[in-house]
Amino acid sequence: MSTAQDSGVQTSGPNNFGYNDYVLGSFKFNRDEFFAHVSWPTGSHSISIDNFLRALQRDCAWDFFYGTVNFDHVVGTINHYGTVDLFAGRFNEAYRKAELDHSENFQTPKIRATFHSMLDNWTNSTFDPFASPAETQAPWGVKSGSNTDAVTRRRVAAARMVGVKGDEQIRTDATGHPINRMFADVPQGEPQVFAEPGFEGEIAAFNLFAYLSRSNVTWNPSVVSVCKESLYCPTTEEYILPIVHGNDRVEWFIQLSDEIVWDVADRETGAPRAKVTMRAGDCAAMPADIRHQGFSSKRSMLLVWENNSADLPGLIASGKAPQYPVSF
Amino acid sequence: MAYKTVFGSLDNFTKGRIDIINDDPKHYVFSNLFEVAKKSKPWEKVAVGINQEYVLEAIRAEGQSGWYSCDHDETVICMDGDIEINFVKLDNPVAAPGKSGSVSINGEPVGKKMGRVVLQQGHQALLPKGSAYCFTAKKTGVLLQQTILGDLTKQRWSQICLS
Ligand SMILES: [Fe+2]
Repeated sequence: MSTAQDSGVQTSGPNNFGYNDYVLGSFKFNRDEFFAHVSWPTGSHSISIDNFLRALQRDCAWDFFYGTVNFDHVVGTINHYGTVDLFAGRFNEAYRKAELDHSENFQTPKIRATFHSMLDNWTNSTFDPFASPAETQAPWGVKSGSNTDAVTRRRVAAARMVGVKGDEQIRTDATGHPINRMFADVPQGEPQVFAEPGFEGEIAAFNLFAYLSRSNVTWNPSVVSVCKESLYCPTTEEYILPIVHGNDRVEWFIQLSDEIVWDVADRETGAPRAKVTMRAGDCAAMPADIRHQGFSSKRSMLLVWENNSADLPGLIASGKAPQYPVSF
Repeated sequence: MAYKTVFGSLDNFTKGRIDIINDDPKHYVFSNLFEVAKKSKPWEKVAVGINQEYVLEAIRAEGQSGWYSCDHDETVICMDGDIEINFVKLDNPVAAPGKSGSVSINGEPVGKKMGRVVLQQGHQALLPKGSAYCFTAKKTGVLLQQTILGDLTKQRWSQICLS
């Protein structure tokens, strides 16, 4: 085991399969041809490597996101915005009852550096964890190259709106964003914009649907417009959300195209609560006390709408703000 | 295989549903913005999403709207129709400093013309802070506005949501 001084990443050299082993607190991570194996003082757990890398990719890219990122029914992270809990069995009723659950808190830079290093080391050259499984090759086997460009994509984050002068720009063939095969029929015309001299930085519009049709990733909300702490984070969805998201605040979904089915369960226990089928134009809240996972048979466009206010998780956890967006 | 992308419109949408296992459907505040706009008067700003002070409003865009202004950035997505937006830089702000949500302007705004945009389905426009803006629906449609709960926001959850 060696410790890199700057990041605190504890890793061994290559194992028999060519992949580094990692240690984070009392958690140990290693991969073989098919699985990620995670162990902690009271147990161990194996996750199919395709699912593990897809989940790890989101946790890394979103910098631990809002609330809980469950990799599956056992392992995951909770974001405390400055520190992060890594847990096993924390949101699994049987583990909790058996007192086999385990959780450790880390400074965000330490777990971030470990996860980024693991994602890069464990991803082979022909696997893209952000892509639909229909658009990438398999992750199996012994170590074979790397795909650093894919796993370190820059996250889009508009300051006001995509297309505003000096802000995030639209996607085109020239920017390396061809139209996805499942969105070949999406009209690509851009809106007409006539700005009077001096107002070129204020008058702005763009084709959001065309922009989304050219996304080369799945299940990756990224900011396209901002109204104070209100963030539009649309994303394109195909196959299964590779994590189960546990909310620490209310989150909203506006289905822009096609259909997604959400399995909703209790955030603490995982007990199923509802199945929510959303079609174009449907608007629905995900309450602050649930976990959810989406299924999209055809690549679809989803507008994820977040309230980024730093006060919200505390207000909800202390009962000062409700779990539900509105009562009627 | 040729894929068909399904968008919704005022006259053509298929609402989804909630299958309850152990919950109250009201917790999901589930509506369809085309259905809401279909039942709205032109330019009514009906909340279809709310998160603390922030709202999303579904607006039936038909004919010409009045003029509005706002003390913070807002955006609209054209979900259906052809919508022109005209902008004026106000000489004197109409929305008080710190005021949340859009406000109505009586009559014509006073200030320099900033320009205009013409939106079709799927296009999003910025409604910049301190401007006045007015919508003209060249073809009737639906706007989804990203803003903050204001004097003009209508909340009619029990009428629009699954329960
Ligand atoms: Fe979520």
